Amino acid sequence: MSWNRRHLITIEELSLAEIEQVHATAAAFKKILGRNVKKVPALRGKTIVNLFLEPSTRTRMAFDMAAKRLSADVIAFDAASSSTQKGETLRDTAENIQALNADMIVIRHAAAGSPLYLSKILNIPVINAGDGAHEHPTQGLLDTFTMKEHLGSLRGRKVAILGDILFSRVARSNIHALTKMGAAVTLVGPSTLVPHGFTELGASVSHDLKSALADADVVMLLRIQHERQGHRHFPSLGEYTSVFGLNKTRASWLSPKAIIMHPGPINRGVEIDSELADGDRSVILEQVTNGIAVRMAVLYLCAGHQPEHVIAATE
Amino acid sequence: MPALWIRHARVIDPASRRDGGGDLFARDGVLVSRLTPAERRRATKIEARGLVAAPGLVDIHVHFREPGQTHKETIATGSRAAAAGGFTTVVCMPNTSPPADNAGTIQYILDAVRRDSLVKVLPTGCITIGMKGETLAPIGSLKRAGVVAITDDGDCVQSNELMRRALEYAQMFGLPVMDHCQDRSMTEGAVMNEGNVSIRLGLRGWPNAAEDLIVARNVILSTYTGAHVHMQHISSAQSVEILRGAKAAGVRVTAEATPHHIALTDEALATYDPNFKMNPPLRTERDRRAIIAGLRDGTLDCLATDHAPHTDYEKDQEFDYAPNGILGLETALAVALEVLVRKNRFTLPRVVDLLTRRPAQVLGLPAGTLAAGAAADICLFDPDESWTYDATAGHSKSSNSPWSGQTLRGRVKTTIVDGRVVFPLAAR
Repeated sequence: MSWNRRHLITIEELSLAEIEQVHATAAAFKKILGRNVKKVPALRGKTIVNLFLEPSTRTRMAFDMAAKRLSADVIAFDAASSSTQKGETLRDTAENIQALNADMIVIRHAAAGSPLYLSKILNIPVINAGDGAHEHPTQGLLDTFTMKEHLGSLRGRKVAILGDILFSRVARSNIHALTKMGAAVTLVGPSTLVPHGFTELGASVSHDLKSALADADVVMLLRIQHERQGHRHFPSLGEYTSVFGLNKTRASWLSPKAIIMHPGPINRGVEIDSELADGDRSVILEQVTNGIAVRMAVLYLCAGHQPEHVIAATE
Repeated sequence: MPALWIRHARVIDPASRRDGGGDLFARDGVLVSRLTPAERRRATKIEARGLVAAPGLVDIHVHFREPGQTHKETIATGSRAAAAGGFTTVVCMPNTSPPADNAGTIQYILDAVRRDSLVKVLPTGCITIGMKGETLAPIGSLKRAGVVAITDDGDCVQSNELMRRALEYAQMFGLPVMDHCQDRSMTEGAVMNEGNVSIRLGLRGWPNAAEDLIVARNVILSTYTGAHVHMQHISSAQSVEILRGAKAAGVRVTAEATPHHIALTDEALATYDPNFKMNPPLRTERDRRAIIAGLRDGTLDCLATDHAPHTDYEKDQEFDYAPNGILGLETALAVALEVLVRKNRFTLPRVVDLLTRRPAQVLGLPAGTLAAGAAADICLFDPDESWTYDATAGHSKSSNSPWSGQTLRGRVKTTIVDGRVVFPLAAR
């Protein structure tokens, strides 16, 4: 099957086959990350613009790294010193970037739907690096890639996503990816941050940590985005930790081989105890490394290459 | 001015319980029951076979943006859009720049209407100064200057105490108070209905409870003060239910529904198109059905468009940042016919009623009838003609319509104000 997508906007619109194509391509690219010369010429002569209009550390650096390992030229768009501060619209900014002969745009934006909007305006591929509380498709792809490395097939696996689901694009992208891959997803957290409506996306909703973690193969923690919620969704970080924080006792409820994931940034002592974040079951830093391989795969495929050519591309 | 003779129409005038084939006559801009043979000979004759002759439509909720936001719309362009949509009387909202919270601004608006308008534009004034919800506007002066109601449309008065005093005070002048029902503490940053769709799209939700709370508040305050409160653009099923109970209990409340809330739901937002973004937002299918049921049983009194022009560059943005509001005047009749007559088996006279007599009644306006002696304000339309609406080629200065590019059924052919044809205008 060939890859026919120029943009990556959501996981919701991807088929299972497409998700698997990205994973297979990423697996091939991951091999070159351990080499002495960590670079292939696949996107030589192409220019990728990282249009990050919202703060980001991991995602931005991983996209930067991924593009450079594919030999693309990368331009970072600095929102603070750009014309958006002078009132330029997103359309004008993007059309200017296209007019500057960029070959691809990676966009991070606080407003949901912005990548879709750009994909309709521009002729070049648009990659969503996170849009508001909507989706963060490369994160969902790298998270499921990491799970597969540890668990094999995800069919029938039990994944608990714990924390601030309502405001989380990571949760939405993972729900879509995991349900397509046949995993059972349970969302758990305070009722104000995990509304029942999420069951419409194919996940179960729980407010009881013990039953949600029981026999789970994966627990994915999400940061409590205290700055977004004001102080209305739960009483205090202390209360959150006392009810939903992951500590050693609670981690013992998980399946014995379960892994602990977190998209970062982590707040030690809030959603997760330090010893768990740094412990044997934590794959948090593997997620970061896999983020490079998965983003290489996405850039490679959306630039018009086919998954079956990736082996040749890495030689 | 020669007399006017409209021939062979299906005349529908709910106010005088008329529905049947016939002619309409007007002399000096006033409807009369017959013309003299001499007048007939010289009369301007309009052949209306196959058309419905209805009273000129009445819209008690439009934004004409003048003064201060004339890049979006002016009284001149807004009145042309009204005429093209069959509307002969419209009531404009006071959220202009500056807000219409004083007699001087009302005078400015009325001067512009006299100078530029093709249709009858009646102003409203603010409830509070600057629509800030803090201090009552000079409501008596506004009344003297010519407002037909007061409202802080778009900025619902949050203080129950202030709303109570506004109702008591306005009642003294016989002025209805129109309210945009929204508890703002529950809708911070909200850009669409809160529900399954907002969860999927990752957009901040505006729960219907925030509307229901204020509707209930207004019912309670109307009961307490005896004052008339008109609820603008009801969008929630529970609000319809609250109003149904209130009306059964004889409370002096009225309410309107928009064409978009009876035609569309929040599912339409899947592509993040800002031309589906308005306040209150499109809600669920259950809400949509409840609003139609409310129009059917009279819980909701009338249709009103909430015609809210914004330029393309204002709307063409990230969904979160685009302003609320859509055009309505040029599509209202066709959308109402489609949703109510063709899909929900309302009778044609019933829909004409919702667009003429009933909105006029809500604010006590001298409009919405074809009875002899009334102003010759007439809308001639073909209920079945299909046409493609292109908002960019429309009469409004803006083009922010969810129906642009769509084929609609039901088309206004001629609009007459005081016996003069205002649409279509002869080429000059």
